[in-house]
This record gives sequence, C-alpha cells and structure tokens, in this order.
Amino acid sequence: MGIRQLSVFVENKKGSLHEITDVLAKAGVDLRSMCVADTSDFGIVRIIANDPQKAKAALDASGHTANIREITAFAVPDVPGGLAKVLSLLEGRGVNIEYMYALITSEAGKAYTVMRTDDTEFTEEILRSNGIEILDESHI
Amino acid sequence: MVKRKYYQEEIETMPVEQIKKLQSEKLVKQVKHVYKNVPYYRDLMDKKGVTPDDIHGIEDLYKLPFIEKSDLRETYPTGMLAVPLEDCVRIQSTSGTTGRRVIAYYTQHDIDLWDECCARALVAAGADKEDVVQVSYGYGLFTGGPGLNGGSHKVGCLTLPMSSGNTERQIQFMTDLKATVLCCTPSYAAYLGESLKEQGYTAETIPLKAGIFGAEPWTQEMRENIQNTLGIKAYDIYGLTEISGPGVSFECSEQGGMHINEDHFLAEIINPDTGEPLPEGEKGELVFTCLDKEAFPLLRYRTRDICVLSRKPCSCGRTHIRMAKPMGRSDDMMIIRGVNVFPSQIEAVLLKEGFSENYLIKLGRENNNDTFDVYVELPPEQFDDSVKNVTAKEKSLAAALRTMLGIGPAVHLVPPKTIQRSEGKAKRVIDERKLHD
Repeated sequence: MGIRQLSVFVENKKGSLHEITDVLAKAGVDLRSMCVADTSDFGIVRIIANDPQKAKAALDASGHTANIREITAFAVPDVPGGLAKVLSLLEGRGVNIEYMYALITSEAGKAYTVMRTDDTEFTEEILRSNGIEILDESHI
Repeated sequence: MVKRKYYQEEIETMPVEQIKKLQSEKLVKQVKHVYKNVPYYRDLMDKKGVTPDDIHGIEDLYKLPFIEKSDLRETYPTGMLAVPLEDCVRIQSTSGTTGRRVIAYYTQHDIDLWDECCARALVAAGADKEDVVQVSYGYGLFTGGPGLNGGSHKVGCLTLPMSSGNTERQIQFMTDLKATVLCCTPSYAAYLGESLKEQGYTAETIPLKAGIFGAEPWTQEMRENIQNTLGIKAYDIYGLTEISGPGVSFECSEQGGMHINEDHFLAEIINPDTGEPLPEGEKGELVFTCLDKEAFPLLRYRTRDICVLSRKPCSCGRTHIRMAKPMGRSDDMMIIRGVNVFPSQIEAVLLKEGFSENYLIKLGRENNNDTFDVYVELPPEQFDDSVKNVTAKEKSLAAALRTMLGIGPAVHLVPPKTIQRSEGKAKRVIDERKLHD
C-alpha cells in the first residue's frame, strides 16, 4: 500500500526550488507536503502531491530528474511521545529510517508522518500489528 | 675542496660543432638499431620511403617519421621495444591518452644514461659529494623519484628516498639530517615551505640551499616565493618518461632556460599543425629523438609541449642548447599535482560506469595545491531519492577515477542538462590555475 512520493534531483543553487514549484503550479498540481535534503552540491526535493503521475510528467517534460516511489505513511495520536513510541517499535525490530517528515493533517488529534526505511513491507507490518494506522492516498 | 661545476665537463662544454658531429654519428647508429629491431617503426619508415641508408647525420632527421602518443598506445605493451625483454632491467610508466598507460623499458645502459643526466642537473644546482639530497618526488612507476635518486647516487650524495607525502616526516628528516638539496614538484616545495614556516623555521634556519623542481608547470612568481620561503635557489628540470624521465633538460645557475642533454637527446621544434621543422628561436612543438638508448629509443617523438629553443651561449659554460619552460600544450593533456591527465581517460571511466559523457573538469589552486573537481550529470535512471545513495555514487565514481588516473578528483553529481553544452567542440576543462608566465 503506502503513498506515492515524488523526488526531484536539483542543483544546490539559488532558484532551484522555485523552478520546481513553478513547474508543478503550472501543471495544476496541489502539494501536500515537501521536504528538502541537501548537500553542498545537490538537493533532493521530496514531494507528496495530489497527482504524482501528472507532477512527474510535468517535471520530465521540463528536463528535470524525478522519480516516484512508494513510501510508508501513518497516523499517530497527536500527543507528546506519540511518535517516539512508533520509532522505538521500529528500532526494536532493527529497521533503519532513511528519512522522515510530516504531512499536513486533515484529521484533528492525529499527526500524519511519512517515512522511508530500509524495508518498507516489514515496517508496515510492524506498524499494523501494533495498531498504528497506515495511510493510503485517499487520506491526502 | 673545490666544488665541481659540471658532472661531465668534457661533454657538457663541448663545442657546438663537435656536439653536432657526435649527434650525427649517434643518430645514424640509432636509426639502424631501431629499423632493425622495431618492426612497427620500420613499417613507418618504409611507408615514408626512408631507409637507414638515407640518414647520414642530423641534417637528415626531418626525413624520419614522427612517433605520437597514439603510436605508443598502438604498440602497447612491447611493440616499441628494441631489445629482447630479458636485456631490460626496469620499466617506468606514465598515463596514456585513453587510459592505456605508456610503458618505457630500460636496459642497465639506459638507466646509467638517465642517472647521468640527473647527476648533471644536480651538479648544475650546486650539489656535490658532501650534499644531502632529499628526493620527495613519488617513487614507483613515476619517473621523478627513481630519476633523481639515481642521479644523486652518481654524484655521491647522501640520498634520502622520502617519496612524496607525509610532510611531518619530510620536515623531520630534512632538519635532522640537514638536507641541502630538495627534489620534488614545485607545488610540494611551496607546501613544504609553508609547513616549515608554520613550525617556526625561517629561510635562515632551513638547511636547504637548492631545489630541483619539475614534473608540472610553474611560474616565475612561484619560483620567487619558493626561493624566499626556503632560502634556496630553485632550479627547473624537464623530462618525460617516453624519452627517459627527468633530466632530459635542466637549469643551470643562470636560471635562463634548461640545457638539453644533447649528447643523448636531439631536440627539434616543429609546426604542430603541419609537422614542418621550424628554425631555431621560433615557437612550436618540441620533438625529441633519442640518440643512444637501447631498450626504448623513440625517434622524433612529439611531446606536445609548446616551446622555444635557443643556442645563445650561456655564461655557465655549458654549450648544450637551451629550451624555455614549456608554454602550453598542443593537445588537451593537463598536469594535475604532477600527474598527466587526459580528458579522454575521464570519459572512458564515465562511460564504463554508466554515466553520460557530459562532464566538466574544474582545476584551481588552494594552499599551493591543485584542486581537481569533476562535475558529472547523473542519468535520471540512476537517481534514487536518498542522499546516501547519491553520495555513495559520487564516492565510487571518484574511486574509479583515482584508479584510472592515479590521482583522485572530487566528484560532484549534478542534474542532467545542467552542464553547459557548447556549440561545436565541448568545453570540458575550466583551468583557473595560473601556470604560465
């Protein structure tokens, strides 16, 4: 299951992010969340959007390097320690988290989070068996 | 004890007419040796309709075909060898244009001849038996270390075979053993100078009195800096593995061009476009003919160095012709940290590793050292959304380039189409170093 995430490889230079968001705006893509990882040379922009296929097509057409992968999204109770509990479950089973960021939540009392780990299937199995709600694209 | 001025006075100060006569005699013999023993060159001569009987002296040199770097690639590994392999005692090697390295072979005679050339350079720089020579060129396939090491032995100096790197140890040996002559690349000399200064040494307390620096281009400004920091006289030396190694030519105390060891190497300047020999004093490509080598005697080898020769008498007393510091290249070879690098070698690695041939090389200077950056476009299909994977690709490409080139660049992966395409011939190299005066 999971949700589709769009990643874009950009040069670490002024204007790169604007360029990407501009392409997506013109394509009529609605962004739900975004996270940027950068080094001194390059950046990787990760995007959750309402229509990842359309977003990728628009980026491809404008000469950008983009790909789509499924990542895990889940909801945790929006209380102190809510996320820590989930992470300790994963750590206990030896799952490594590559990266993680928050999603805009439309449901009160819940914090939506997306993450990529070294084993997506196993991660989702752990979460599910611990009663943690896994989100699909209908949630966003 | 009176210091000697020359290592081999009779040869080094021989009247020019006599040198030319000696060269003519040696050339006739050398051409016969090559024609008889190197089928590849024999074919080149046959195609040009020249036989050894047409070569009566140096005035006939122009009749001989050139040897280019591509011929060395073609004949790799032993096709230019002129003696049985069992007569050879050593190889040295340098990078070739497309990754295939050039292997040069030496008999004991060839090693002695090369060592003598380096000995002449050392004596010209003021070295004698009581001197301590610190050789901080790399040892190994690179000719720098072995060449000066051999020359230093010939002169009878105490030789410190330091090789390159490990600056702390270099400084310790230099100061503890009171090294008087330093042999290394000019960049490394400048770097050593800075390190010595940081440790509180001054030009007065550094034991060195002279340095022999080569294997890469350097400017007059660099020379002055090195001389002031180390409190020495800095001498230039020139050579190439294909011909023997360092010591093909060297500077004397006049510091006004490098005397070519003409009794072993015959120099010409040609028009790089037409191959026509140019009169003395004109700028063109430097071409060397070995006169008395046994194992790897290249005739009319095109160095691709752009240079000027001068027969003006030198006040040092040496009569051998002088060459100016090379003013550039007639090909795209770069010299980075003393290592020869061709863009085609980088291309070969990129294609092998699944990258496109769109790349950019940036060279600069930082703390007296060359910086070497390669920008490569990441093919979309290789893109993965984690930083870790992209940096791992950068590292593995840098390692592959290091294996090929002998020096490691910093690799930067960039998105496709971000490296500028130029019209016509692609601009692959941005060299921001100032290497020529």
